Amino acid sequence: MKPQFVSKKIKSISFAVLSPKVVKDMSAAKVVTPELYDREGYPVDGGLMDTRLGVIDPGLVCKTDGLKLKDTLGHFGYIELARPVVHIKFIRQILDLLKSSCRSCGKLLIPEENTAKYRNLLNKMGEEEGFESRRRQIKIIVDKYKKKDKCPHCGGKQEKIKLDKPYNFYENDTRLSPIEVRARLEKIPDEELGLFGFALGFRPEWMVLTILGIPPVTMRPSITLESGERSEDDLTHKLGDIVRINQRLFENINAGAPEVIIEDLWDLLQYHVTTFFDNEVPQLPPARHRGGQVLKTLVNRISSKEGRIRHNLAGKRTDFSARTVISPDPLIALNEVGVPQAMAMSLTVPERINEWNIEYLRKYVERGSKVYPGANYIIKPDGRRKTVTEETKEEILEELAPGYVVERHLIDGDVALFNRQPSLHRMSMMCHHVKVLPGRTFRLNPAVCNPYNADFDGDEMNLHIPQTEEARAEAQVLMLVETQMISPRYGLSVVGCIHDGITGNYLLTKELVLTRLEAVDLLYACGVDDLSRLPNKDKIDGKEVFSVLLPEDFNFSGKDKSGNDVKITNGKLKTGLMDKANLGQESGLMLRNIYERYGAAYAAEFLGKVSKLGINVLSRRGFSIGIGDMDLTNETEDEIKSVLERAELEAEKIIEHFNQGKLEPLPGRSLQETMELRILEALNRARNKSGDLAMRQKFDSAALVMAKSGARGNALNIAQMAAVVGQQALRGRRIDHGYSGRTLPYFKVGDVSPKARGFVRNNFKSGLTPYEFFFGAMTGRDALMDTALRTPKSGYLYRRLSNAMQDLKVDYNGMVRDASNRVVQFAYGEDGLDVSRTKNGQVDVHRIIEQVIGGKE
Amino acid sequence: MKAENAKLVDTYENKLPFSVLEEIKNSVPDSASKENIKTILEETFALYLQAKINPGECVGLVSAESIGEPGTQMTLNTFHFAGVAEMNVTTGLPRIIEIFDCQKTIKTPMMEVYLKDPKIENVKALALKIKETKFSEFVTSYSLNIFEQNLKVTLSRELLDDHGLDVKDMIKALKLKAKGFTMESDDGSLTFIHKGKPEDIKDLYNLKEKLKAVKISGLKGIRQVLPVKRGEEYIVLTSGTNLKEVLEMDEVDATRTICNDMNEVYQVLGLEAARQTVINEVYKVIESQGLNIDIRHIMLVADIMCASGVLRGITRYGVVKEKASVLARASFETPIRHLINAALEGEVDALTSVVENVMINQPVPLGTGLPGLITKLK
Repeated sequence: MKPQFVSKKIKSISFAVLSPKVVKDMSAAKVVTPELYDREGYPVDGGLMDTRLGVIDPGLVCKTDGLKLKDTLGHFGYIELARPVVHIKFIRQILDLLKSSCRSCGKLLIPEENTAKYRNLLNKMGEEEGFESRRRQIKIIVDKYKKKDKCPHCGGKQEKIKLDKPYNFYENDTRLSPIEVRARLEKIPDEELGLFGFALGFRPEWMVLTILGIPPVTMRPSITLESGERSEDDLTHKLGDIVRINQRLFENINAGAPEVIIEDLWDLLQYHVTTFFDNEVPQLPPARHRGGQVLKTLVNRISSKEGRIRHNLAGKRTDFSARTVISPDPLIALNEVGVPQAMAMSLTVPERINEWNIEYLRKYVERGSKVYPGANYIIKPDGRRKTVTEETKEEILEELAPGYVVERHLIDGDVALFNRQPSLHRMSMMCHHVKVLPGRTFRLNPAVCNPYNADFDGDEMNLHIPQTEEARAEAQVLMLVETQMISPRYGLSVVGCIHDGITGNYLLTKELVLTRLEAVDLLYACGVDDLSRLPNKDKIDGKEVFSVLLPEDFNFSGKDKSGNDVKITNGKLKTGLMDKANLGQESGLMLRNIYERYGAAYAAEFLGKVSKLGINVLSRRGFSIGIGDMDLTNETEDEIKSVLERAELEAEKIIEHFNQGKLEPLPGRSLQETMELRILEALNRARNKSGDLAMRQKFDSAALVMAKSGARGNALNIAQMAAVVGQQALRGRRIDHGYSGRTLPYFKVGDVSPKARGFVRNNFKSGLTPYEFFFGAMTGRDALMDTALRTPKSGYLYRRLSNAMQDLKVDYNGMVRDASNRVVQFAYGEDGLDVSRTKNGQVDVHRIIEQVIGGKE
Repeated sequence: MKAENAKLVDTYENKLPFSVLEEIKNSVPDSASKENIKTILEETFALYLQAKINPGECVGLVSAESIGEPGTQMTLNTFHFAGVAEMNVTTGLPRIIEIFDCQKTIKTPMMEVYLKDPKIENVKALALKIKETKFSEFVTSYSLNIFEQNLKVTLSRELLDDHGLDVKDMIKALKLKAKGFTMESDDGSLTFIHKGKPEDIKDLYNLKEKLKAVKISGLKGIRQVLPVKRGEEYIVLTSGTNLKEVLEMDEVDATRTICNDMNEVYQVLGLEAARQTVINEVYKVIESQGLNIDIRHIMLVADIMCASGVLRGITRYGVVKEKASVLARASFETPIRHLINAALEGEVDALTSVVENVMINQPVPLGTGLPGLITKLK
């Protein structure tokens, strides 16, 4: 690793149009022949692959800078065009200039007295309102004067100039050749160009090319095919065409060929130069390969997602990264990631040798690259790197001295960045500590699945190993999992107990009573070794076991999922159950308070212990689910049956009323719509009611426990499995598509009864009838399409938002400013609060009041 | 809360934001002593300082992420029934896109018109008054007589009475459109006869089509009205908007009446009102989708849309076009155009924002990349 000092920094980048003189000056060679290689396969001098333009073959040396392949950056060349051609990308500006300048004296058609006025106006606008308003003003001025038919300076009459797309100019009906166009542009005086917004020193005649710059060879490398044949880059092909036509045009002009032939060749040259810049000009047939494949020329290379800017410049690739499938491991800490040993042996961390760590680092080198934990490379102080192999090991060990860098294998505790795509928010890339484990997958604590939006159905994730101290420090301080726990989106915890972690704690605090032995065993399994806080009794209540994990001076009052009070005083859970409302992700109010009071590291550790407690409770108590979990008690089943019957009766009544014309329309709705809505409402009410009934039944099955604690599933899921699947709705209405007058041929025409319009009366346990299944498939397909259509739309919205807002930052005085230092907000969010440091967007005044007032009493 | 305590709270006016002070005033019990209040204020201030945003924080990106990330969770359903009695509303992702794009015509323009005196009769009367009613709605039948070259239109008596109009009012309203025709009215019907020589039957046909679209009463653009109960009082919901004319009506409570078209609000009430409309409308969608996004993020988006002094959408023609950096603009959309213009104008990219620095591998001037260190050399 070379010491990295910043010796040069780019301060700004200027954009300008190249003048013919500049093109010539920066060129290393003039290209005169379309031939590329001679018979030996050596680049021809004066050809497009001239070695003065850089080299792409191993063994050759660039004649301009004397460097070899990969070292030379390449150099520009130029072609002298036999006749000038217009630059297709400047065609609008050329047209505007031609229209608004005098054909005889060359001055702009703006009266003398107004020029100064406009110039001041533009300068003022540019200063006060930015370049964009200035640009708009220029357009207004230009549009105003380009239609004048008399020159205010010399009184010359103006003719109408038209652009025949893509690049031919006509004055009335005579064509203006590029030479004439160039001559006119030359006449426009320098001082007046400012009014067009052109840069100082820019000459409009440069927009008509007399000399064409040639990009370096390194920018258009050729590929050698297996057959030994050379396949040239698209740009080289295009340039070859240009050189060839240019050559012929020269010859014809010199030979004094008839004007028609010269015109034709000139046109062809114009076509080739145009497609060299842009091969997607609307009015032109694109230039193609022999096979008919469209050539990719300059514009194609730059634009679009696969273009230079978005693909190569804004998108970076990196070494020291890895990717594999993820799998869960509830026993590693929240901020750890399990890395397969095979990976740990090829990902490395550079460590610089000094007097104090030389012995420690020698050990790694001694073990070599094949034994874990070893070292793969060493880097000498002069920057050369050496591979550690069995053969080189001895030699390396001898020369190892302070100043050397050892690239050792990844070991436990190293810093790594862990990421899952799509990286939609900053929690999609967090810093974890490495834990090297056997196996071939990354292991992560299931509690961090939520911020990554990961599951274990085959998801893959990426791992990056920071290589410098600065990067590691930043990762550890800013990106560590626990520092990211509170979402900047809404100010609540994004990690929390999930699944069994919640179920276990719910059961523990709800109903379990343990013997002292069991309690000690349980707590010890969760990593608690201080058992002094466990009450000295034979029978210990679940709440008391849970309380051991709480900090001793912790006070909390809140609600659990079902709305009952939860009270913790002095680290003792007095009343209430531990369920999703306090432990879960995206709610976790108790977790949020612990985070605020005891800090990020404590909160992460606490979460880990609570999770383990829940899991261990379940593994001791036993917890499983089966089809029997969907059995309802007889009373509940009867109740649900009667609810459904009543709902169906109600629907029938509504239909009857409608048929008799007795139905009262809702405001703003037709009778038909009213009927539909009322039926839908009645049936949905019935389903919700049956869900509630199923949830409320006396007997607690495993599925119900999960739904009640918030671990997984909800009342609706239970209802659909145990009671009734319910009304299938498409776009907020009952199903009414299909055949004319009916949904399926099974039904009678005009049948609007619940079952003919997508009401699924069965439940998943009892099984569905064929038509019910079909209705379910209809809504399923609809949901699938919705997701498929939504993803790209929301992706584009996100891209636009992040592009528009990426450079907003908070100033040192709390203002929000953009990249050009324009104030966007005087105080961020009107109160200067960081959402991730608030509780759901609020400063927690209530807690303070309670503390102060409560403390007095 | 006691007055003296309130005064004490007010001494923190410059230290704590208004919303926090209000919260304290509302939740401190009357029994609290002066010392209590003092400690509460001190501790709140300490907590507030702790919770303040760090300088250099890239709040823009955080907001963009906060809105973009849950975008995938929003439903695409363009129309849904917001309750039983209301009209169709665009919600979900399409509405969010519509607002951020700042589209000139939105899919479902709506107004909520509040009345100064929200009695049910008044509300109904207003609803009838503002609804744009076209001539065609009064017509029961048209008959085109080819032999006599006239057009006979029969009107509905009941509807005319409902609106308190008679045939004469109709003639008045139609006069302008029916140039070149004479109108004869008899009981409940109108007959149009060509003034000049009877020529083309097409003229009569065109006349018929023209007449259909003539506005007889109401405000332009208000297609549908619906009196509904909102909380304790009745209001008028309209589909289609005409904010300017509605606000000018005497019986309308202009302070509460709202319109969901941000461009119209911008035209009528100005930029600040438009900003608030953007915030309210986006927040409404987010709430209806059951998502949790802090209001500050939406505020920031609304603020950047308004930062140039005009309401602009977050598109390549709007906010992005205003950026100072050439490369930042080029990296978004239509890169070639930006590069060409930059070359002609001789623009200089000062590399002050994010993408340019990413492109050239230099630290980004945000967060930890913002401060520089100066070392004193001995």
